[in-house]
Amino acid sequence: MEIFTYGFIQRAFIVGFFISVMTPMIGNIIVLKRLSSVGDALSHASLAGVAIGLCFSYSPVVVAVLFSCLAALGIEYFRRFFPRYSEISTTLVLSLGVGLAAVFSGFVKNAAGFNSFLFGSIVAISPAETLAVTLLSVMVIIISLLLYRELFYIAFDEEGAALSGVKVKTINFVFTLLTAIVVSVSARTVGALVISSLMVIPVACAMIISKSYRSNIIYSVIFAVIFTTAGLVISCFWDIAPGGTIVLIGIAALILLLPFRRK
Amino acid sequence: MTLEVKDLSFDYPDKNILSDISFKVDEGDFLCILGTNGTGKSTLLKLMLGILKIQKGEILIDGISSKKFKEYKDIAYVSQKATGFNQDFPATVYEVVAAGLYSRRGFLKFPRKSDRKKIEKALEMVGMFELKDRLIGRLSGGQQQRVFIAKAIVSSPKMIFLDEPTVGIDVNAVDSICCLLGDLNKQGYTIIMVTHDLSSVIHHSNKILMLSENEPCRMFDTNEFLNQNYSSQYPHHKEGH
Repeated sequence: MEIFTYGFIQRAFIVGFFISVMTPMIGNIIVLKRLSSVGDALSHASLAGVAIGLCFSYSPVVVAVLFSCLAALGIEYFRRFFPRYSEISTTLVLSLGVGLAAVFSGFVKNAAGFNSFLFGSIVAISPAETLAVTLLSVMVIIISLLLYRELFYIAFDEEGAALSGVKVKTINFVFTLLTAIVVSVSARTVGALVISSLMVIPVACAMIISKSYRSNIIYSVIFAVIFTTAGLVISCFWDIAPGGTIVLIGIAALILLLPFRRK
Repeated sequence: MTLEVKDLSFDYPDKNILSDISFKVDEGDFLCILGTNGTGKSTLLKLMLGILKIQKGEILIDGISSKKFKEYKDIAYVSQKATGFNQDFPATVYEVVAAGLYSRRGFLKFPRKSDRKKIEKALEMVGMFELKDRLIGRLSGGQQQRVFIAKAIVSSPKMIFLDEPTVGIDVNAVDSICCLLGDLNKQGYTIIMVTHDLSSVIHHSNKILMLSENEPCRMFDTNEFLNQNYSSQYPHHKEGH
């Protein structure tokens, strides 16, 4: 238990808790709107931001947030040219993110630093980053709660929502920016390559047992907190990548829950 | 609430779909928009609702151009795709109907205690109160359509637009939904409904707009429509609706 007295471990758990609360709040809408690939595209774009930040000695998290937001705007921009094939725009942005990350990672002097963003690291979180992630997480959680009814309506029936006076374009834009923030601030702890899984798996588990939209959000947050806490504890004791551990625990839970799926 | 369509035309890039259409819907009317596939029934409805932009002509709602119309709470829409939503969406009947109150509440305004009564009343009106905690995807097509009608009336609109609300629903459910719409009309709701199957709903309507390809649209009083060679097709219509 002495391990939990270390500052960096405490920071990892604080950051892990906030990430595991905000991620499924965004993940619910991503899954219900069938936009899971957007999470992947943004996480790869954030990786490009990390590589560029490390290259030019800027805060990788800040540059990752910036790149994710630009990528989110890029998805909306490309979607105008392929309105009936929205997956083209996400794939374009994902490819751009991978391309930039691959090129700039070659110039990163501290390769271990870059790798920690791929699969997450609990030793790498500084006090300043803990504060930044906590504040951003609280902001995302508050905005998600304020837009609860709008996000539900858009996810369920976008056309009906627009006719009821919901500012669909504005809400969708805000939501995409929130997704970009979630992806990039989570990259440090759980890793850019597995963050989209953390958005989807707790929601998928919740969908098996939930009996309403509200309970789906509550269950998915509970699942995400359990998976993240368990993953961080295991990665502390066995010194393994937390992101991968969290995702594997989530997948195991999902498989165990599948027999209880409503017919 | 009245609705007036004046000289409305609409073209898709490859096809002229509506030409110089004019008609008026008065308060308390039950209008059926009838026509075969491709005659522009749904397009007309989407123009009236502002989903599509008007190219030529104008639509006046209570005398105000539809382009300037912002009173979302006074109109409600049940789309053709209402029952075509993601059937695994984890929302209860109650949550779906509650969404219909958005037009009355607006942005960042949270539901009040009185909203619960409104939602329960709407569910009682469509006979779905007992199933309020069920997941929407677990209901039959007819039950789902009743829920969407409850979602439409929960905000106490003055006018309800429906686009083929009985498509893909079994015959008994079609009759009961048409009766429900007739009852709502008697309670004062103005109803505008697109359909290609008039037989179930004709008993409840009082106006019929007939859209045909390559012919001008025609507006009928339902009795007049029946008397003009259609009575053999719809023998059960009650005279003097």
